Amino acid sequence: MKDTLVSRRAVLAGTAAAGALSLTGFPARAEPQWKKYAGTTLEVILAKGPRGDNLQKNIKEFTDLTGIQVESEQIPEQQQRQKAVIEFTSGKPSFDVVHLSYHVQKRQFEKAGWLADLSGYLKDPNLTAPDLVESDFSAAGLQYAKNDKGQMLSLPWSVDYFILYYNKELFQKKGVAVPKTFDEMVAAAETLTDPKEGTFGFVGRGLRNANMTLWTNFFLNYGGEFLDAKGNILTDGPEAIEATKMYQRLLTKVAPPGVSGFNWMESMASFTQGRAAMWIDGVGWAPPLEDPAASRIVGKVGYTMVPAGPKGQYSATYGDGLGIAQASKNKEAAYLLCQWAVSKAQGSRLLQAGGGVPFRNSILNDAEVRKGVKLPQEWLQSVIDSAKISKLGLPVIIPVAEFRDLVGAGVTATLSGADPATELKKAHEQFRPILERSEKS
Amino acid sequence: MSGVSATETAPAQPDTATREMPGWQPPSYWPFVLPALIVVLAVIIFPWAYTVWMSLHEWKVGAPPTFVGLANYIRLPSDARFVESVWHTLVYTALSVALPLLLGTLAAVVFHAKFPMRGFLRGLFILPMMATPVAIALVWTMMFHPQLGILNYLLSLVGLPPQLWVFHPATVIPSLVLVETWQWTPLVMLIVLGGLAAIPSEPYESALIDGATRWQTFRYISLPLIMPFLFIASMIRMIDAVKSFDIIFAITQGGPGSASETINLYLYSVAFVYYDVGYASAIVVVFFALIVALAAALLRLRQRTHWNDAGGVA
Repeated sequence: MKDTLVSRRAVLAGTAAAGALSLTGFPARAEPQWKKYAGTTLEVILAKGPRGDNLQKNIKEFTDLTGIQVESEQIPEQQQRQKAVIEFTSGKPSFDVVHLSYHVQKRQFEKAGWLADLSGYLKDPNLTAPDLVESDFSAAGLQYAKNDKGQMLSLPWSVDYFILYYNKELFQKKGVAVPKTFDEMVAAAETLTDPKEGTFGFVGRGLRNANMTLWTNFFLNYGGEFLDAKGNILTDGPEAIEATKMYQRLLTKVAPPGVSGFNWMESMASFTQGRAAMWIDGVGWAPPLEDPAASRIVGKVGYTMVPAGPKGQYSATYGDGLGIAQASKNKEAAYLLCQWAVSKAQGSRLLQAGGGVPFRNSILNDAEVRKGVKLPQEWLQSVIDSAKISKLGLPVIIPVAEFRDLVGAGVTATLSGADPATELKKAHEQFRPILERSEKS
Repeated sequence: MSGVSATETAPAQPDTATREMPGWQPPSYWPFVLPALIVVLAVIIFPWAYTVWMSLHEWKVGAPPTFVGLANYIRLPSDARFVESVWHTLVYTALSVALPLLLGTLAAVVFHAKFPMRGFLRGLFILPMMATPVAIALVWTMMFHPQLGILNYLLSLVGLPPQLWVFHPATVIPSLVLVETWQWTPLVMLIVLGGLAAIPSEPYESALIDGATRWQTFRYISLPLIMPFLFIASMIRMIDAVKSFDIIFAITQGGPGSASETINLYLYSVAFVYYDVGYASAIVVVFFALIVALAAALLRLRQRTHWNDAGGVA
């Protein structure tokens, strides 16, 4: 590793000098040497979705810019995660660049040492465009991308804040104001619920595992912290119990029947059919909500921040990034690709199509880019506001999936009337040994 | 398996006489046994032994394995999710063997009688069997939807209150069994129909002369004679139901909560979501023991009913 770095530096120094000469003494940071790795072929493994689409659709631009060929495949999220882990474990992954879900894989990837350190590349003017600087990424993005030694192990690609979607028409009909706090939200939901009409005040994920991404919005706003300084899990403490009570209250009293089996898809169906007045979920669902072919509430959707709890106002934040396999032989070329994928041009397209929200402030704050956003400006505003109150939505531990399954099952059980404190205690009795084992190994 | 070894060894027997030679020579049937032996070793024995070996290790994907002896097995009884999943598997299996067996036999009796359009209706009846389980699962998921599904609409037509079907822990397993039953009743019907067709008509004629009722004819003639077929059908159903994954995963993913999580689904999570290979292997070993026990129980039952005496038909 060290050898290749040294030789690369030496080579780059030479070419940089040549480049500087040709610019006749122009001293500022120039464009990186895009063409240096022309002829290389990169393999990319993507999770299926708008980010992957956006990359694949415009990849010709990257190839034109660099001469690097890119072979990419999109695989459904869950299978993509499995494939990546299995290939990494084999020691010879078939891909150079991997699309990773931070909230699920961060700790696992870091601990296993599967990703290359990009910190050096970021500081290298021959590899990095002048506008790409660390401080341009939002705090949550950096928190996700850096390990505890401060090394950048990936480039943050797209962030997912949880926001409150509401049905303006139903709100107007009942004369309800947009809630700013949980208490107001409960009151509003109660007013808006009308079982005879088949409309309900609130809908959200009740399905085990999926529900944890919603639940943490309550947990954080009740002042919850996932881990203490020693890494002990705290999600069965008093904040968690209060949060679960709130969750239970909303999903049993003012939500459609069967909500305990709802994932985002069923929740969205209720909301787009005008059967639910409020829905808390990721920012990424605006395009289908505003699509006349898929939604009955086009133009009637309001977007705002998750209401405040008694201990603060936070938006549970998730995200994905692009990392480079430590075992890859084309790290520099792969870095150019990652850089292009998170570039302003690509990020603007993503944002404007509503397919994702870039982690880079320079994109979000650019008036020109914002003008091009086809979704309602209210949506964009909710994104920008949520960025300010964003907080990581899941504990950064290896057994995230077990956490979501076990605690999620307990939380789902409260929807059939079980007691929150008892269920959380039971779930954590099962989860704690798993966490201990994984941190020890 | 026993069938294979029987045919492999049978032709070798005449050779034993010619093998009276000084010094040891490999039996002449070896070349014939070898290919089968290699295949069995490679695809059954080796993976099996390797699984047992893995189950004795703390083996997380991404970390080197460490030997832990029986620790993974000791963990099992205190793992509430595992214990629950065993229970779910047993209930699910019992129901999805019994219901198709009952309804399939009934259907076979009906379709054994001669009536117009019988061939066409038989063909229609076995259609569910031909569909892809995951596609079926997605269609049923929509039908189960508490607000938008057709099942609740049908219930409302006969004045029954709407149900939560797969969206409630208490009704999720029966609802899934409903899908299994719908799909696999035709298979039982086909097998039993074969059995009924193989019964000679003489016993029925003499029963008719003796004045037996239709129920008596069925109970004392048809049923004993189709017993071997029923055992085959229940064996096939049991194997299918125990290993069932696609329908459950596609409809509920083991939910709500973990109310429909069978051993198979839990196993999948442990191995491919939690990447805990060692523990998953221990679950597989126990799962295997469970299947062997169930199969042995069924075989015992079969022997007790003397099907060989009754079933000259087989």
